[in-house]
Amino acid sequence: MNAHGTPVENAPRGGNPAAAASDVRLTVEQASYAYSVTDRGAPKFALGPVTFEARRREIVAILGPNASGKSTLLKLLAGLCKPLSGFVRVDDKEPSQLDPRERAQRIALVQQESALIFPLRVWEYVLQGRYPYGRRLRFESKEDCLMAENALSQVGASELRDRWMEQLSGGEKQRVILARALAQQPSLLLLDEPTQHLDIGGKVELLRRLRRLVDENRYTVVVVTHELNLAAEFSDRIVLLHRGKCEITGTPREVYQRDILEDVFAAPLDVEIRPGGKPRVLLRDANGRGERME
Amino acid sequence: MMQPMTPRRIIGVCAILASALFVAMVVSLRLGAYPMSVTSVVTTLYHGAIGQMDRIPSDFRLVIFGIRLPRIAMGIVVGASLAVAGAGFQSLLRNPLADPYVLGVSTGAALGAIISLIVAPHVPLAMQIAAFAGATATIAAVYFLGRRGGQLDSATLLLAGIISASFLSAVIMFLMTTLSGRDLRGMAFWLMGDLATPPQISISFLFVVMIAAVGAIYTTASDLNLILTGEQEARHLGVNVARVKIVVYISASLLTGLAVSVSGAIGYVGLLVPHVMRMMFGSDYRVLIPSSAFGGAIAIVLADTLARTVVAPTELPVGAMTAIVGAPVFIYLLRRRVR
Repeated sequence: MNAHGTPVENAPRGGNPAAAASDVRLTVEQASYAYSVTDRGAPKFALGPVTFEARRREIVAILGPNASGKSTLLKLLAGLCKPLSGFVRVDDKEPSQLDPRERAQRIALVQQESALIFPLRVWEYVLQGRYPYGRRLRFESKEDCLMAENALSQVGASELRDRWMEQLSGGEKQRVILARALAQQPSLLLLDEPTQHLDIGGKVELLRRLRRLVDENRYTVVVVTHELNLAAEFSDRIVLLHRGKCEITGTPREVYQRDILEDVFAAPLDVEIRPGGKPRVLLRDANGRGERME
Repeated sequence: MMQPMTPRRIIGVCAILASALFVAMVVSLRLGAYPMSVTSVVTTLYHGAIGQMDRIPSDFRLVIFGIRLPRIAMGIVVGASLAVAGAGFQSLLRNPLADPYVLGVSTGAALGAIISLIVAPHVPLAMQIAAFAGATATIAAVYFLGRRGGQLDSATLLLAGIISASFLSAVIMFLMTTLSGRDLRGMAFWLMGDLATPPQISISFLFVVMIAAVGAIYTTASDLNLILTGEQEARHLGVNVARVKIVVYISASLLTGLAVSVSGAIGYVGLLVPHVMRMMFGSDYRVLIPSSAFGGAIAIVLADTLARTVVAPTELPVGAMTAIVGAPVFIYLLRRRVR
């Protein structure tokens, strides 16, 4: 992949023999971070050390209460800051070392989007995802349009193409934002609370779509979320953070243990294992019986 | 239909606007104390363009090439500079109401120019450099005053700009009143803007600097599109936001300083023109920057023509014309956008 961003056939997706052999796409090894030290000498907030791996076609969910370091971990994965110790590698490269355009060709980060101040069509928005592949001042090629069309159809939003962004419903907007990230052709997709403003139907739809995308296209997805049960349902691996420390990582079944969850979330919780083997978290009432959360 | 921006479309838009600018110039050349017919204006221009100056009647030569054309050329530089500066500020500050005048940048440039006239009255380029320094210092101050909790707040930013403008105007009035014996030009010139006084500096030099600064902003056009959608997102998509900010803030301040040093603080062009261009040709900065440059030139040429003909033989300051149109539009946009 060259620095000026000619769309070289996405190496991580097909070509790279080393990555194909191990199938590991994202490696986080003892990574830690602290926000800039204040005048009084104490670091404001610290994270880590965190260790986990993600393979192709895997969805990893980062869970934890508020202020447990989820967003900081996501920033480390996105290469927006460099770990103080340990390392983060995406396809054998450290994201924080990459040139911004090259990084955007490998990693797409979707956060809470800013409000638009001028009207924009959906297709214009999705085409922005092709920016990392262009030279300065270049004009979008036919191929870019094709990629954008493709990204829209992958999220089932082809019919929204000519609509204005501000006219979309919450769920439609979330899909279009995801399409822009897919137009970047990343190998690693990072999503910060993608289901936050959606109703339960929208949440399930978005996650199903994500699951299908991952299974069909070998993306690796890391998603920060508060939804314990949806995370158990749709992710392969869980990273549970608590007060800046990595409490436990593993499959949902390994991580969802009553005493751990109760301790981390400071709430009376119960865990039951459903017939498929996936755990479900319930709210415990005063008598010790589990109650459905949703 | 997906219709991404193409160079052809940009050239087409520029051709339309260039023709409109030519029409505005002919109209402006025709009108005034010495009326001329369209035919004589066009033939005079034609003979001038092919270098047959001797075939032009001498009074036509004086009126067209001696008086009206230089003033129009100055109007083109000033209008293009202010409109492109406004478009640049609007993207970086993510605020559709940003404009060199509203943000106080023009008044800062005017104060810089006046101080240079007091301190170093006869140094060449001192006024332009001082105006640029005044513009840069003001945008930096307004930027930091407009932040709230680390975030740029739309309403706070505008208030910071308006307060800065009124503070700087007060300083200008103070300087002009206490130093009334000196040749600092009129108060109206610095606070409202006026094209009646020919500049002390060659117009072709102004053109070169203006084109260089507009060109510098143009190199960031694709980046500005993404920054307009969101600064964080732009960073994630690979935009070097810090570099773009430096290029655009410096160039936009340079454009503002340049315009103010020759015409005083003309308001609202940087707000109105990009807005109209957005409505006509879309928000894409690859077309918005050149169209704003042409649009700004057209707006000032027409506004100045009105300013010197509506109450002839007296002249209005051109800034009064732009403010009469601009202020109501500003209020309209404010009520629609900022809640």
